[in-house]
Amino acid sequence: MAETIEMDDRTIAIGKNHKLFDVERIRADFPILHQRIHGKPLAYLDNAATSQKPKVVIDAISHYYQAQNANIHRGVYYLSEVATQAYEQARECVRSFLNAASTEEIIFTRGATEGINLVAHSYGRRFIQQGDEVIITTMDHHSNIVPWQILCEEKGAQLRVVPIDDHGELMMDEYASLLSAKTKLVAFGHISNSLGTINPIEKIIQMAHQVGAVVVVDGAQAAPHTPIDVQALDVDFYAFSGHKVFGPTGIGALYGKEKWLDAMPPYQGGGDMIKSVTLEKTIYNDLPYKFEAGTPHISGGIAMAKALDYVGQIGYPQIEAYENDLLNCATEALQKVDGLRIVGTAQHKASVVSFVLESVHPHDVGTILDREGIAIRTGHHCTQPVMDRFHIPATSRASFAFYNTKEEIDRLVEALHKVVRMFQ
Amino acid sequence: MDTDLRDLYQEIILDHNKNPKNFHKLDPASHSAEGYNPLCGDKINVYLQVEDGKIVDIGFEGSGCAISKASASVMTTIVKNKTVEEVKALFEKFKGLVTGKVEPDMLELGKLAVFAGVRDYPSRAKCATLSWHTVMAALNSKEEQAIVSTE
Ligand SMILES: Cc1ncc(COP(=O)(O)O)c(C=O)c1O
Repeated sequence: MAETIEMDDRTIAIGKNHKLFDVERIRADFPILHQRIHGKPLAYLDNAATSQKPKVVIDAISHYYQAQNANIHRGVYYLSEVATQAYEQARECVRSFLNAASTEEIIFTRGATEGINLVAHSYGRRFIQQGDEVIITTMDHHSNIVPWQILCEEKGAQLRVVPIDDHGELMMDEYASLLSAKTKLVAFGHISNSLGTINPIEKIIQMAHQVGAVVVVDGAQAAPHTPIDVQALDVDFYAFSGHKVFGPTGIGALYGKEKWLDAMPPYQGGGDMIKSVTLEKTIYNDLPYKFEAGTPHISGGIAMAKALDYVGQIGYPQIEAYENDLLNCATEALQKVDGLRIVGTAQHKASVVSFVLESVHPHDVGTILDREGIAIRTGHHCTQPVMDRFHIPATSRASFAFYNTKEEIDRLVEALHKVVRMFQ
Repeated sequence: MDTDLRDLYQEIILDHNKNPKNFHKLDPASHSAEGYNPLCGDKINVYLQVEDGKIVDIGFEGSGCAISKASASVMTTIVKNKTVEEVKALFEKFKGLVTGKVEPDMLELGKLAVFAGVRDYPSRAKCATLSWHTVMAALNSKEEQAIVSTE
């Protein structure tokens, strides 16, 4: 664990932060990283798809099933109380992670996708009317496009799209001109998974609020890279996935302002989301349980909280500085590869580098790199409108976490030189 | 390069990728279809001129990885002047080859045998078969245009 960061030879100081970042020590926390793939050490550079899990997270899952497992919110016996307490502590941990005002505003979900769908379904169905406008962006992940398309189609509302420029930055003037009294909801990704762009979230939210629109932020890519303060942002809804922030798959959380959650109808009906049920009438449960029908992913919630704790112990300033260093190093080195073009050159970027090679399709790049033990993602990254915008079918994408190293970047670049030679 | 990568990216495959055969639209065409592999964004259009149950001309357009492009290119050279029935039978054998489901008769497969290496890369089998699926869709289509997806 990164609890105690002691100094030794391997410790390197980074950036202006002067706090010490010991990547070898951090790597030791991630069992999966220490294996060989096709005879080469694994270089896992697909963190935007999913992140690896530190041992504390894996242990929390195992511990839960070995010592704590019981259904929650219903038993009067010891184990059920232990499990309930652990799960509710996890909720508190998520609240603190997002700096929400209260745990009533934290809804456990399956992930960012479900969080966004929950808002589209419950808030959207109740409050979006015919003739209203919903704004999204060209760079959004499909999970932040399709739910709004479905809603707009059902309601006869209009979907408007903020375009992006050649660097992969949102065109804020266009956004301003799309906003009007008709705009009822603005949904966008905090950080783009295919371009790496960090969007000007405060500004986007402020502008939306000026016309009275509510704002839904897809924070799937932000959670692993940057601190989030939903109160300072004054955001209405914020969704993220546990698995992208070093927690398990199948769990995530949605933050929603209490005033909206109160006013919204439930998402799904079932156990846990009710106070009382008669065959004539059901009284819904209080927040946040009103939105949590059925037995949840208990171990997932608990283990996700462990992951958030883990990230907190390393510290976002350290993570941001280190990852920024990796990003700069990768950007510089990749640009030297023959015929390589980086797609997504925004001024503010997370450690995600998408690129295309002149005469080699990303799919071939991915296969050849895999034989070098290097895992990158190739394809459209669930952002087909971004591919269309740049007139490309797909990109190769290397995305870095704080456990990646400069040696891994060197290996990536070396392997790409090999790819280019092979296809000459 | 590693020998197993060489098994996949044979020289012939790299050549066809760089200089694909029959890489053009056919106009007019008696049959055509669009193929799409959502996993990697490969897109292909196949055009056929079928006369008396025989493919007398074929062309394709599109973008894709080396495997899918080379496979399409080799396919066009092979199916030309074959009957629809022969092409269907050949496709079944080819599928068996690239998925590793059957031990293929290399002699029968002829030039297609260069794609045997694909069987060691399960995620790439769809790349190799995309153009074939698209030909099948074109042949089976009643309408002028058919769209097929590997998913
Ligand atoms: C920007 C963005 N939004 C949403 C998602 C969806 O996340 P999940 O599949 O965990 O629900 C992803 C994951 O790929 C993403 O990168």
